[in-house]
Formats: sequence, C-alpha cells, structure tokens
Amino acid sequence: MALLETNNLGITFGGLRAVGNFDISIGEHELVGLIGPNGAGKTTIFNLLTGVYLPTEGDILVDGKSVVGLKPYQIVTRGLSRTFQNIRLFKDLTVIDNVKIAFHQQMKYGIFNTLFRFPGTRFWKEEAEIDIKARELLKIFNMEESADKLSKNLPYGQQRKLEIARALATNPKLVLLDEPAAGMNPQETKELMDTIRFIREKFDVSILLIEHDMSLVMGICERIVVIDYGMIIAKGTPEEIKNNPKVIGAYLGA
Amino acid sequence: MKKWQELLISLTGITILYILISMLLKFGVLNNYNRGIMVLIGINIIAAASLNFATGILGQLALGHAGFMAIGAYSAAIFSKAVGDAGMPDVVVLIIALCIAGTMAAIFGIAIGIPALRLRGDYLGIVTLGFGEIIRISIYNIKAIGGARPVLGIPNLIGFTEIFFLVVIVLMALFLMIRSRHGRAILSIRENEIAAEAVGIPTTFYKIFGFATSAFFAGIAGGALAFNQRMIDPRKFTFMFSVEIFIIVVLGGMGSLTGTVVAAVVLGILNEWLHFIDQYRLVIYALLLVVMMIVRPSGLFGTREFSLVGLIKKVIRFTKSNKNVE
Amino acid sequence: MKDFLQQIIYGINAGSIYALIALGYTMVYGIVKLINFAHGDILMMGAYFGLLAITVLGLPFPLAIVIAMLVCAAFGMIINKVAYKPLRNAPRISALITALGISMFLENYFVVQFGLEVRKMPEIAWLKGEVFIGGLSIPKVTFLIVGLSIACMIALQFIVRKTKVGKAMRAVSEDMQAAKLMGINVDKTISITFALGSALGGLGGVLYSVAYYQVEPYMGILPGLKAFVAAVLGGIGIIPGAMFGGFVMGIIENLTKGFISSSWSNAILFGILILVLLFKPSGIFGKNTREKV
Repeated sequence: MALLETNNLGITFGGLRAVGNFDISIGEHELVGLIGPNGAGKTTIFNLLTGVYLPTEGDILVDGKSVVGLKPYQIVTRGLSRTFQNIRLFKDLTVIDNVKIAFHQQMKYGIFNTLFRFPGTRFWKEEAEIDIKARELLKIFNMEESADKLSKNLPYGQQRKLEIARALATNPKLVLLDEPAAGMNPQETKELMDTIRFIREKFDVSILLIEHDMSLVMGICERIVVIDYGMIIAKGTPEEIKNNPKVIGAYLGA
Repeated sequence: MKKWQELLISLTGITILYILISMLLKFGVLNNYNRGIMVLIGINIIAAASLNFATGILGQLALGHAGFMAIGAYSAAIFSKAVGDAGMPDVVVLIIALCIAGTMAAIFGIAIGIPALRLRGDYLGIVTLGFGEIIRISIYNIKAIGGARPVLGIPNLIGFTEIFFLVVIVLMALFLMIRSRHGRAILSIRENEIAAEAVGIPTTFYKIFGFATSAFFAGIAGGALAFNQRMIDPRKFTFMFSVEIFIIVVLGGMGSLTGTVVAAVVLGILNEWLHFIDQYRLVIYALLLVVMMIVRPSGLFGTREFSLVGLIKKVIRFTKSNKNVE
Repeated sequence: MKDFLQQIIYGINAGSIYALIALGYTMVYGIVKLINFAHGDILMMGAYFGLLAITVLGLPFPLAIVIAMLVCAAFGMIINKVAYKPLRNAPRISALITALGISMFLENYFVVQFGLEVRKMPEIAWLKGEVFIGGLSIPKVTFLIVGLSIACMIALQFIVRKTKVGKAMRAVSEDMQAAKLMGINVDKTISITFALGSALGGLGGVLYSVAYYQVEPYMGILPGLKAFVAAVLGGIGIIPGAMFGGFVMGIIENLTKGFISSSWSNAILFGILILVLLFKPSGIFGKNTREKV
C-alpha cells in the first residue's frame, strides 16, 4: 500500500480551477519531485495535502485512510509534515524551542502536572526526554551550538535547515519540502542535496519536493511529476522528464 | 545549577522582599496610605499580567479586559455577601470567592473566545472591545445585581499580605504555564499560527485556552478589586479602564511578565507623584504611550524576563572569569 | 406605522452624521490600514471649534462650519505627521496603540483646557423648530444635516473618482510601494486623505452638536465607535459602504431606542458589529480575502 495516494484531487477558487485531476502515489522511502512553471499550483497541492485548503474534489489517502477534512495539526499525527516556501520559523523563540514545539503531539502531560510539578512526575520525564531528542536532532544538522540563539538571528541557510529539522521532529513518514533551495547559492544547494539524501536514510522517510532548481531535482529525485495550469502533464524518471516535449514546452512557453 | 537550587533562590528572593516591605510598614516608614497604594499596584499587576498573557504571550490583541474584571468583581461580591454571616474564616471566603470570580470570567472568556478568536489583530481588538462594552451595558441593565447603582457592603478581605501572595501565586502559575509544552504551544501561535498548526499544535484549542486563562486571572483581579474597595462601581469598567491596563502591558513590554510588574509599580508610583496635577495625569500617560510607540515600541523589557537566578548566574560567571584573569 | 416612520427620520438624521464620520475611518483605513481611534475625537474637536467660532469670535454659523472643518483638517494632518508617519513600517499593532494614545491625549487635553462641563451649542434661529409633513415632525436641522452630508459625500466621491489626487489615493491604497515607484508622492497623498477625512469629521462634530446641543470632551467616543461600526458594516475601506453603513446604523439605533429599549441600544449596536466581523468581516460591500500560505 502506498504511503500517500491522491485520487482525482482538485480545488476550485471562485470558478478558477487551481488544481485538477491530481493523481499521485508515493511509496515508502521514495524521493519524488514536483515541478512546474510559476503559478502552476505546486504550493496549492501542498496546502491541499496538509489540510490548509479543503479540496473541492477527489480524495487524499495516507496509509489507505482518507485525511480529507482533517485539520492541519491532525494530519501531522498521520505522518505528514512540511516546510514553507517563505520560511515560517518561530522567529522570536530559541532554536531549541522551535524544535521542541514540534514534539508537542508526542508529549502527554496535562495542565495539572504543568502547575504542580512534583518530582518524578511525567512532566520532568517528558521534558528531559524531549530536551535530549531536540538536541540530537540539532546535532544532526550541525546546529547544536546555536540551540539557545533566537531563530531569527540564524543565517538564511541555517533557517532553512532548522525548518527541516522542525518538520522532522513531528516524527513524519512523509516530508513535504517547499522549495528548500530557494535563495541558496550552488554550493549551499549541493550541501542541501546531501542533507536531503541523508535524512531520508537516517529518518527512513519519504520526501516530496517542490523545486525550481533543476539540477537539484534531477540530481536526487527518483521520480518527477510535472504540472502546468494545475494539471499533471508528465510523470517519470528524471531522464524521461528531461526529454519530454510537453515539459520542454511548458517551461519554454511553446 | 540544579532545579531545586533555582527554586530556592527564587523563593528566598520573594520572602526577603515580603519581610522587607512588612518591616517598612511595621516601623512606619511606609504608612497606611502607602499600603493602600501597594494593594492597588498588586491588583494592577494581576490584571495587566493576565492581559499580557493574552496579548503578549498568545499574541491576540484584547481590548475588553475590564469586562472580565467586572464579571470577577460581581461574582466575588455576590458570593461573599451571600455567605457573609455563615461564620467561615476570611481566608476561606477569599479563596473560594476568587476561585469563583476567576471561573466565571473564564467561562465568559471561552464563550467570547470561541467566536472572536477566529479574527486577528485589530479586528479582534475591536470585537473584544465590543464584548467588553456589552458586558458593562448588560450589568447596567440587570436589576438583580444592582443595575447602574454601585454594589456596597462587600467585606474587606484583601490587605497587603493577601495581595502580595496572590500576586506571587498568579505570576508563578503564569510562568509555570509558559515554561511547559502548553506554553510553548501558546507562544508558537503568537510567532506564526500557520507554522504552529503545521507542526501539530491544535491552534484553535490553545487560543481559546490561553484566552480563557487570561480571563480567569482578570476575574481574580476584579474580585480582588471588589474586596479592596469594599464596593463596586459599575461605571468603572469602561473601555478606558481596559486601556489603562493595556498601557501597563505596553510599557512593560508585550510578552514580558516581569516587565508588566515593573511597569505597574512605576505607573503606580508615578500616579502618586502626578496626583497634584491630577488633570494632567492622563494627558501625560497618553503622551507616554505615543512616545513609547515611536521610540521604543517593544516596551521597557521587550519579550525578555528579569530573573534573579539568571542575575546570580551572571555574577558567579563574572567573578569566576575575574579569578581566572588573576 | 407613523411611529416607525418618525423613528426612521430620526435615524436618517443621526445616520448622516455617522456616515460623515465613518467616511474618515474608511478613507484612512483604506489607505494606511489603520483604525484611527482618534477620529471620534476629531468630531469632538470640530464641535469645540464650531462652538468657539460662534461664541468667542461671533462668526455666523456657516462660517463656523468652514472654520471647524479647516482646523480639523489641519489637526488631522498634524496627527498623521507627528504620530502615524513615523510608524508607517512598524507592526500594525504599534500604530493602533498610538491611535489609542492620541485619542486619550486629545480627550484629556480638552478636559484640561475646557473642563468636564457640558457646553451648549447656541441655538441657531433659522434652524429652530420643526416642519410637519403628513403628520411626521421633521426638525429643520435635519434638512441641513442630511443635505450637507449628502453634498459632502458626493463631493468626496467626485474627488476620489475624478481628480488626480483621488487617483493617487486609490493607487496608494491599492499598493503603496507600487504607487511610490510610479512617482506618486505617497506622504502627500496620505496627508491629504487625513485632511479630507478630518474635515468631514469636523463637519460631523458641528452638526452633531447642533442636533444634540451638547459639547464636551468625551462626546466623540460613542459616535466615533458607532461610526466605526458603520464603516465595518459597509466594508471598511469602501467609501459608498461607509455612507450606507452610517445610515443603517442611525436607523437601527433609533428603531431600537424607539421600539425595544434605549438602555440596551448600544449593546445591540456592538452586537451588530460583532456579528458582522464574525460572519462577513469584509462588510456588506467588501470582498473576502484570506492569508496566503
């Protein structure tokens, strides 16, 4: 069974069909690219998958169960996690708190235990556990030194990494990355490619990636889905996509 | 430093402060008039800290805080008058009355929060303002609780000791709340609601929860006010009263509870100094607010908190590094 | 039925004043996205300046109106320059707090200057009395208020739609950065917007004080809030919406006062505001927008 499957997914905004007939299937441990010209509807698809928008047609299945109509935070518990095209960190909080917030769903202690922190209660156990986990995660991204810095003071590339780390903290099966290389130079992009490959192995997750940088997509994705005007125009391996006349047409405007 | 050591330091600091002020009162350095002012400052701290929780921590602009205080004040007054002759010790009456005051205000907070918190920013501010006014006008129109006439004959249950420990308890509860997974969830909503939802925070729940918590402590402040004044004047709980509390929050720094404490104390003392030019008092406050927004919009403290433990750690580090130099 | 029509007439009377004030809210919000809390106090200032022009300077009523409008326009520009302009790129909440501060300042400054006592606008001889039409009594002053308000609204529509300044205003409200790049003097345009809005607010103040006789430092708060509700009701930022909202507010207010309860009428108005904001925050004439993810 596929990890993520969409059937005939679509959304219409006031008469304008932004996405339609979107069918995709992502299995475990896959790395899939979603590309298309500006305004083709890539981010809209992410918003549909993560529950930000309610689809007007079609279905989304995660592990065979529909997630349509669930709130974004509920979809997180089903194992979908995402980053944003324009970075959305908790800017005035520390780096470590940014990550700890994403562990929220994995912690259980209640309000009473929050106010009455008797020794040996769940509060101390869970907080200690999360502190270790969060620092380990930061270490993987070589950011343990910055743990107590405010996240807004991180350099741009690290902010992107922190967003990925935060997405991984929710314990996802599928990570949706929205233009992770935006604003990076070729050297940083190359490092990012290594990071993406690495997290797939390390965390055993599937990855769906929106990207403009062709070298990145072609370099790491096993499969690529191309959309234009909200519709899929091609699917296949990087080789196939490269030579597909429809894709070339969409990108060159022919 | 271990957790229990930090706790010990904080408790020691609080105890020393309490003993110090008690001594000053006992030996007449501070008179009864000063005592009254300190109680009022304490009430303002609770009111402003609770507002800061909604506006500075949760990030939702609320301009109807006086309404929640009014609910708390009336609830506390009605309860204490009802049990007036039952022979319960004052402290017990006070504790139960304040719990009822807070709970009633929190119930209204939930009822108002569920629809209102779908809005953001200035629109939310206006809606909370509207709800605050509706509460006030409703009180005017309910004859059973006195209508537009003041409520008299409320027992005086709040003195310096009571308000001091009430402030400590409220601030501690708020700090404990903020430094937990629930508090982080609330902070994440202030920072970026969409991202919060995307990492698994049930934002709607936490917005209403945070707003209700804020209303709860506002209700307690209102109850304390009723016991301190021994009467309730329904005309007090206007929009301007909400704004006065809001000014304390803004001056102290939205997001800093210790900033709120400092601002409430400073404004409380300033109030007395400005007493002889009472008519200019509000003019000066208004100018202060405008100048503050232009020069230092984050307030005195920004989102930072003063911490005795942090200060001591700094001192230790400083002395250690000096020793190393030698 | 007669009672009903009578209340409608009173409603139109109050509503045209709310509409004038609502225009100021809506114009300022449309261009700088600021709820100008101090706008209600511009009404109060207009009333005071009108009163002073008549009683101290001994000017005739029409001239007093002009003076009140001009002085209020000047104050509107000064407030913008001193308090709001430095905050143009600050978070919106800072500007809102500043507006609250300005409002508090104006009210309390006028308390200091003129005291809390309620002053009475002198009666204008040719506005005294009522006209009876079909058994309905219409105060003469209503004709003046409604006539002047509608004339001003038409003039404003003309300015916004047909003149170069109006075009600049529309451009700035659409996209301040783009307007700047197109060579529009953004600061000047905003300043003119404040001047126009404040002039209308000043006119509203004089008319309000003529209709209800009283002038005092806090008189602007309630009509200001009601006018704000009117602006939201019609869709804030939309000029015809503000006019429509003003009349609706005035009529609803007087109908509740006449037929339901006068002590609850303000609560009902706030209730309307809340309902509008919750169910159609963009107002009757507005389009819904949502945050882009």
